[in-house]
Amino acid sequence: MIFDVAVIGAGVTGALTARELSRFDLKICLLEREADVAMGTTKANSAIVHAGYDAKYGTLKGKLNVRGNVLMDQVTRELGVPFKRIGSLVLAFSDQDLLTLRKLYENGVKNGVPGLKLLDRHQVMQMEPNVSKKVKGALHAPTAGIVCPYELAAGAVENAVKNGTELKLECQVQDIKKIEGGFVLATSQGDIKARFVVNAAGLYADLLSAMVNGPEFQIRPRKGEYLLLDKSQGNVVNSVIFMPPTEKGKGILVTPTVDGNLLAGPTAVDVSDREDLSVTSSGMNQIIKRAKQMVPDIQFRDVVTSFAGLRATPDTGDFVIEASRKAKGFINAAGIESPGLTAAPAIAEYVLDLLRQQGLELKPKTDFNPVRKPLLRFSEMSDKEREELIRSNPMYGNIVCRCETVTEGEIVESIRRPAGARNLDAVKRRTRAGMGRCQGGFCTPRLVAILARELGIPAEEVTKKGKGSKILMGEKV
Amino acid sequence: MHNVDLAVIGGGPAGLAAALAARRNGVDNILIIERDKELGGILQQCIHNGFGLHYFGEELTGPEYAERFIEMVREENIPYKTNTMVLDIQADRTITAVNSREGLLKIRAQAVILAMGCRERTRGAINIPGDRPAGIFTAGCAQRFVNMEGYLPGKKAVILGSGDIGLIMARRLTLEGVEVKMVCELMPYSGGLTRNIVQCLEDFNIPLKLSHTVVNIHGKDRLEGVTIAAVDENLQPIEGSEEYVECDTLLLSVGLIPENELSRGVGIALDPVTSGPVVDETMATSVEGIYACGNVVHVHDLVDYVTRESETAGYHAAEFIKNNNGASGSEVHRTIPGKGVRYIVPQRISNNSLLKGFKIFFRSDKVYVNARIAVRCGRQVLHSVKRQKISPGEMEILDLKPSHLENIEVSSLAENGLTIELEY
Repeated sequence: MIFDVAVIGAGVTGALTARELSRFDLKICLLEREADVAMGTTKANSAIVHAGYDAKYGTLKGKLNVRGNVLMDQVTRELGVPFKRIGSLVLAFSDQDLLTLRKLYENGVKNGVPGLKLLDRHQVMQMEPNVSKKVKGALHAPTAGIVCPYELAAGAVENAVKNGTELKLECQVQDIKKIEGGFVLATSQGDIKARFVVNAAGLYADLLSAMVNGPEFQIRPRKGEYLLLDKSQGNVVNSVIFMPPTEKGKGILVTPTVDGNLLAGPTAVDVSDREDLSVTSSGMNQIIKRAKQMVPDIQFRDVVTSFAGLRATPDTGDFVIEASRKAKGFINAAGIESPGLTAAPAIAEYVLDLLRQQGLELKPKTDFNPVRKPLLRFSEMSDKEREELIRSNPMYGNIVCRCETVTEGEIVESIRRPAGARNLDAVKRRTRAGMGRCQGGFCTPRLVAILARELGIPAEEVTKKGKGSKILMGEKV
Repeated sequence: MHNVDLAVIGGGPAGLAAALAARRNGVDNILIIERDKELGGILQQCIHNGFGLHYFGEELTGPEYAERFIEMVREENIPYKTNTMVLDIQADRTITAVNSREGLLKIRAQAVILAMGCRERTRGAINIPGDRPAGIFTAGCAQRFVNMEGYLPGKKAVILGSGDIGLIMARRLTLEGVEVKMVCELMPYSGGLTRNIVQCLEDFNIPLKLSHTVVNIHGKDRLEGVTIAAVDENLQPIEGSEEYVECDTLLLSVGLIPENELSRGVGIALDPVTSGPVVDETMATSVEGIYACGNVVHVHDLVDYVTRESETAGYHAAEFIKNNNGASGSEVHRTIPGKGVRYIVPQRISNNSLLKGFKIFFRSDKVYVNARIAVRCGRQVLHSVKRQKISPGEMEILDLKPSHLENIEVSSLAENGLTIELEY
C-alpha cells in the first residue's frame, strides 16, 4: 500500500496537518515514535495562544502566529477543545522596559495584531490587582488566550482518524529513501511507502530532514521548566502575565490554565540531550523568584507538580517550513518553537499549500466531518446532566479520581475512542485523572485495573508512558 | 431528597466510631457514606499488627480492628452506602453524593460528621528535581498495590521520609523480597513512632539516614536510581555529600494532609497548621451542626485515638440533634500553642468544658528531652506534667480534669485563652 501522505510526528503541528489533509480524498498515515500523541514539545509548554506582537515583522513566525490566532476559535470549537481568550499583559518595571513595550507595540501593529494597547500603572492595577505595585505600565493584547495543547493535538488526531487517517504509535522513522514518485520510510514497524512526506518531527526534525536533504539546519533543544500550582492559586491573575522578552524568549510568565490551575515558567536553558526532561532545583528557584517579581502573592507551597519541556529551537531563527529543494514531495515543518502552538493551525494551512505546489491533488471529501465531540466532563456538568448520564451509563456514577472528580465512564471513553489512551499518562492527559492534588496516590491502582481490563492485558503490562515504563514489577509471590 | 438525622462522611475508623457513638446516644436515622468498595477505610490495607492496644487492650491488624467496628455497625443496623462519593455539602447540611446504582443523591441531614481522613503528600509538594519515570509511589499507594491488589511495585527500593507508613512499608517490602536500600529522613529525627523504627528498620538492618534527602531522580522510562545528599541545619543539601543509589522504586512517605476539600466548600474555618477544621472540645466545627473527627481534623499516630476522638464527635452530634439542632450557646475561648508547641486540638473550648474536663491533643515542634508541659491561663498555671521525651512524631495527650480547671476565671480565659507550652 502506498500512502499519499505520511506525516511524521503527532505533536500539535503534525496532528493539525494530518487533520487538514483528512478533508481531502487522500490516504494518509500519521507516524509517532511514542506511545501516545502529543508526547514531545506539545505536552509541556506554556499553553498560550499568543497575540503575535513579539515575532519579528516579516518572519514566518510573525505571519503564522497572527493567522493561527485567528484560526484558533474555529479549530477549537470544531474539535471541542477548551480555549479562552483571556488576554495578556507584558509588564514594565523600568523606563527601559517601557521602551521595550513601545517597540513590541509597534511590531505588533505591523504584524496586524488587533486591539493592542499600552496601559499606565493605574490601568494595569485595575485589570490585575495582584501584580507587583512596582509595575510602571504594560502592553495589553486582548486576543491572547489559553488552550490545552495536548487536548488540541489529541482532538485533531482523533478527528483525523475518524476521517480516515491511519495513526501508527510507537512507530519510529529510522531512515527515509527517495524513490521514483515518492519515498520509502524505514520504521520500527517496517517499511512504509508514501508519495509525499511531511516532517513534523519536532526535536528530531533536523535529523529526519538530513536523511533527505543533507544537513541544512539544526535543532538545538532549549529546556523550559514549569511549576503547576493548585486551583487555589488559579485566580491570582486573570490574564497571561509576561515580563519583557529577552533574546532567549518571552521569559517567565504566570498564567491561569484552562483547567483553573496556575502555571509559572518557563526557564530557558540550552541542553544537548533531546530527551532531557529533568527538573532542577535551580530552575524551580528561578521560576519562583521571577514569578514573585511580577505577582508577589503567589503561594508556592501550593505547587502540585513541576515538569519540563524542550523547545525545538532551530539555528535559523525562524520556523523552517518549506519544500525540499533536493527531493520533490518532502516538506519540512520544523523548528516549531514558540509561538508554534498558536501558529499550528496556520502551519497546517501553509503546509497544505506547499504540498499542492509540489503536485499533490487536493480533492475535497464529501463525507469529511470536522466535528470531534469532546470527552464528557462529569465535574463540569449540572446535576440534571449528571443524573441523565448515569442513567444511560452507570460507569459515570463511579468516581475514580476524587481530586478532579473523574468518573470511570470518562476514563473508559478516553481509552475506547479512536487514537485513545494506552497508558496511565495518556489517560491523565485526556481526563485529568491523577492530575490533582494527590497526584494519583489514590486512583493509580484503580486506573491500572481499568486500563488492564479495557486493553485486555495483565496489570503488570500497564505502563506509565509506553515501552520501558511499567508501573508494577510482577505479582506478589 | 433523602432525610436523615445524621450523615457521616467516610466509613473509615473515624466515621464508624462516630456513627456508633451517635447511635448509642439515641440517634436512630444515620447514614454512613463511603467512597471505597467496603467500610474500614485505610485500615483495610494496613495488614500489619499494632492496632487496638489502647482501645481493646490487645494487638490487632488493621483489617481486624476495622472488622470489629464494621460488625458493631451491622449489629446496630446502621445503614451505609459504599462506592458512593460525596461531591458537595451545603451549610444547610444538604449533601450531594453520587454512585453508579442510584445516580445522584440529595441527602438532607440534621447533623453531619466529617470523617474523610487524609491523603499523602506527593513529589510535587516537596519539589524533588530530576526525571519523571515510572516507579515513584506514595507509600500508601504502594501499600495498596501490595496488600490489596497483590502486585509488587519494584525490586530495589529507596524510601524517602520516615513517617509511619514509610517505616511499615520498609518492612512489608522486605518481607516480600524487595531489597529496601535505605530510608532517608530530611529532619534530624524520625517522623514515625519509635516502635516502628525498631520493629520495621532495626530488626531488618535497614539503614535510617537522618538529615538526608533525595536531590535527584534518574531514569527516563522506569526509575534507575536516585541521588541522595546530607542536609545542613537549614535543611539544604550539603554540596559534596551526594551519593548515587541504584533503585527501581522510590516510595514517598513525606507527610499526610487532612482531606478538607468538602469542608472548604461549605466554608468551615480551617487551622493553617493542622490543615483540618478548627474544632471545640465537642469536635464541632465553625459551621453549626457539622462535626469532624479523625485524620480529617489532624493526623493521628494511632487509630485508637481516632476512635476515641470520633466517639466524642458522635456523642455530641447526637446531643445537637436531640436538642432540636440547638447549639449549646456556651461562650467559647481559644487554646493557644505556646513555646515548643506546634498545634493544639481542640482549637476552641467552651465554658461547658470547664465543668466536665476535656482532652488536649498536641504536637511539639521538635524533640525535647526532660521537658515539662504547662497549661496556663494568663499567668495562672493550671496544670503541669513532666515528660522524659516529647517528639513531633508522637502526639501528646493531656487529660484536663475538672479539678485542674476549677480555679480558672472565665473573664481571664476569655481574655488570655488557654496556653499549652513546654518548659525545658
